[in-house]
Amino acid sequence: MRYLPLTDTDRQAMLAKIGASSVDDLFVDVPEVARLDGPIHGLPMHASEMAVERHMKKLAAKNLVAGEVPFFLGAGAYRHHVPASVDTIIQRGEFLTAYTPYQPEIAQGTLQMLFEFQTQVARLYGCAVANASLYDGSTACWEAVAMATRVTKRKRAVLSGALHPHYAEVVKTMAHYTGDEIADALPSITPDPELAGLIGRIDEETACVVVQYPDILGRIADLTPVAEAAHAKGALLVVVNTEPVALGAIKSPGEMGADIVVGEGQALGVGLQFGGPYLGLFAVRDPKHVRQMPGRLCGETTDAEGKRGFVLTLSTREQHIRREKATSNICTNSGLCALAFTVHMTLLGEKGLRELAAENHRLACLAADRLAKVPGVEVLNNGFFNEFTVMLPGRPAREIIRGLADRGVLGGVSLGRLYPGVAALEHALLVAVTETTTEEDIERLAEELEAAIKETAQ
Amino acid sequence: MNAPNKSGWKPEMQIAESGFLGGPVTSTGNRGLMLEEPLLFEIGRSDVTGVDLPEIDPSAPTRLGGLERSEAIGLVGLTEPETVRHYTRLSRQNYGIDLGFFPLGSCTMKHNPRLNEKMARLPGFADVHPLQPVSTVQGALEVMNELAHWLITLTGMHGVAMSPKAGAHGELCGMLCIRAALEARGDKRDVVLVPESAHGTNPATAAFAGFRVEDIPATPEGRVDVAALKARLGPDVAAVMITNPNTCGLFEKDFREMADAVHAAGGFVYCDGANFNAIVGKVRPGDLGVDAMHINLHKTFSTPHGGGGPGSGPVVLSEALAPFGPMPFTARTADGVVHLVEEESASEFGHTQAFGRLTAFHGQMGMFTRALTYILSHGADGLKQVAEDAVLNANYILRSMEDILHAPFGASGPCMHEALFGDKDFTNGLSTLDVAKGLIDEGYHPMTVYFPLVVHGAMLVEPTETESKAAIDQFITAFRGVVERALEGDEALKQAPYYSPRRRLDETGAARKPKLAFEG
Repeated sequence: MRYLPLTDTDRQAMLAKIGASSVDDLFVDVPEVARLDGPIHGLPMHASEMAVERHMKKLAAKNLVAGEVPFFLGAGAYRHHVPASVDTIIQRGEFLTAYTPYQPEIAQGTLQMLFEFQTQVARLYGCAVANASLYDGSTACWEAVAMATRVTKRKRAVLSGALHPHYAEVVKTMAHYTGDEIADALPSITPDPELAGLIGRIDEETACVVVQYPDILGRIADLTPVAEAAHAKGALLVVVNTEPVALGAIKSPGEMGADIVVGEGQALGVGLQFGGPYLGLFAVRDPKHVRQMPGRLCGETTDAEGKRGFVLTLSTREQHIRREKATSNICTNSGLCALAFTVHMTLLGEKGLRELAAENHRLACLAADRLAKVPGVEVLNNGFFNEFTVMLPGRPAREIIRGLADRGVLGGVSLGRLYPGVAALEHALLVAVTETTTEEDIERLAEELEAAIKETAQ
Repeated sequence: MNAPNKSGWKPEMQIAESGFLGGPVTSTGNRGLMLEEPLLFEIGRSDVTGVDLPEIDPSAPTRLGGLERSEAIGLVGLTEPETVRHYTRLSRQNYGIDLGFFPLGSCTMKHNPRLNEKMARLPGFADVHPLQPVSTVQGALEVMNELAHWLITLTGMHGVAMSPKAGAHGELCGMLCIRAALEARGDKRDVVLVPESAHGTNPATAAFAGFRVEDIPATPEGRVDVAALKARLGPDVAAVMITNPNTCGLFEKDFREMADAVHAAGGFVYCDGANFNAIVGKVRPGDLGVDAMHINLHKTFSTPHGGGGPGSGPVVLSEALAPFGPMPFTARTADGVVHLVEEESASEFGHTQAFGRLTAFHGQMGMFTRALTYILSHGADGLKQVAEDAVLNANYILRSMEDILHAPFGASGPCMHEALFGDKDFTNGLSTLDVAKGLIDEGYHPMTVYFPLVVHGAMLVEPTETESKAAIDQFITAFRGVVERALEGDEALKQAPYYSPRRRLDETGAARKPKLAFEG
């Protein structure tokens, strides 16, 4: 077995030192009822690298690769070009095969990287402090709601109807068991987000209002009035962002008065990976809230010789110290994904991120204009960044998307997939465009969509 | 004392003679290959980028709802050569498994096979969107389904929830299944019993899932006090959370008896599977009466720890709990098609009692491909050998140290995959922390320290199965040397480490006045 260095001679010598006659003597505490007579039945035996690779490649070949076809999916996961050096760095063994930096003297690489990551995220979000990452955007969203209930000592969260439905589902799942009350809604199909209705749902019992920006339909609105309304009632504004590249073009949530900003960092450095691992981002605007934050935090300090160094800090919030009184049960973060994000962000810098955002928006505008010319297609949004909603009146978007896939075009995410059974959303389609989209891809989508609409009986 | 390595360095060489310390002060602060590196924000510039993109056309129309960013973000950039050098230099200040022995107890720092990395990067897995039509992702769903089959078979359980993103998330998943099962039968019991030796995530998870937590004591031999557990069972006890093998490195030999008692009293049994590496392929937790157990794919199944994640924590479930597992999951039908069962198709697959959704998408796919690659490489026979070698290595260390280092449960019989020691015999105020820092100077990552809490100055050593006997012997020599210094009261140990990129760091100062982002 290529991964097991002990030889039989070694094993015998070690058993002799231990004073055992066979390795089974070491499993003497396993009760009779659970002892097996050999390898577990019904499973294959070990295999060579070549054999395993052959098997895995066969499975991989059954998937339609996003990069090989015109591709327009988003809805919380975005396909961006990841510079080659990102993967080179995250594969360095010193990063890949390290663990949580419990011994800071020999983990300064990870710690300094996390300090840089926290700074990048805080600045991107317009916040004072970001943590060292959480699992993904949806779990970060729940952690924000949980934190808001701790800060305000209230138990009700108001969710915008245009929050990603999976995020809302995660929040509702958790709240059901913590005894928090969640007021949710369906998205309204309007060209701009409906903030008046949302503001009307905030009351004196509200711990927080949760708004996605840009929202699930790709729309953008100034959230300052929501922040003011929430603050007037003693509630916090939680802003959720699923596309960090957007913040290279539009105002940061912090600038608009968000108290907690959370999001999905996958778009930078991480890749699609069929949904995970991704990267939860979490930041607070006001440093006074730091001690209520979940997750790991890296802080600057000095060593015994006075040199600058970094450590995990404020761990009295955390499970290994506080046990059942911790701010969260989280142990690990998403360290290697945070590294990928930080390296990608370092390569971009201020200039590159702004240019990347501009290029995404330029191509998205092109796509929106082109699709609006297709008979039977209406573009819903007034404002958008790189994703917008397309209405196909009288046509089931989900079937059309499946049909396009059969013809080698991954045409977007139908809202019917995200909101099954909601008739009002069956005709809506989310289309995402990034710098990886070519003008030929856009033309192909327009043509295929036109053909599919013609073929689909109204 | 023999030379501990073949590099030509000998212990009798003085420091100055070996040329490492005692040389001239350098103007850069660097010491040969030990390189100082500033922060990104001290070397990056706002007008520099390492990615070639079109210049922004300021006259291009925008549709950003009037929310164009007017203020600078405050980011800085580097070109590619500068970026690669910056992070490569940082990487060299880290210790990783690739560099050396990493006996961090309860974390299972085994070798991460590179085939796993290669397979996870196949575009068919890496470049696939979670919301693509399921007909275009059959291979990805097959990976999930195949891994699920292995996990169920290896544990002798009934079902598995694949979506939890890490061990603690898996614990939460298991405990929410228990909440849902209790709710379904209208049962209001809300107490969860957790042994005092448990990992901190156990009580934190139980509390997060809405339970009240009560401690169960340990016996002097390092196992759960079965009599105390049985005495506490009753109509208010929802579940017990027991780690097996436990955090003292011992197999809970009365696990089945405890599980039967809990079941008889109407409760559920959660098993923390953090230490599954000791028994994988050797013992099926299902045979011990477990209702739910998370499996850290980043421990037993070698997906990389990555400096603190991402992990992955699928939860295997008993027949009683499987109906309550969260959305989504995979199911293969007779026609060979693998379905992604989500909220809308749940009833079609008879799964109407799911407790909800734990995460936006389907789980840690990138970890599933790595774990499946690892499992297929080992097979049923190789996995059994994994457990046996991991346990053999730990016992070898236990018996090679116990003559000089306090082993509180050394008399309790063989340990499983980790050996536990305490610092009670150290003199002159020296403690476990000093030994850990002394090991850093010897070129090792220290063991887990001060956990479990039930042992004074705990040192939990987990060698894993991927170390050679020579590597373990070398560690034992180094470990004994540092322990002897602690027993003798060597004052110098209090200032260790001396040879790491940084000396001891001021953690108290960091917490008193937190500086959590670069200013300037």
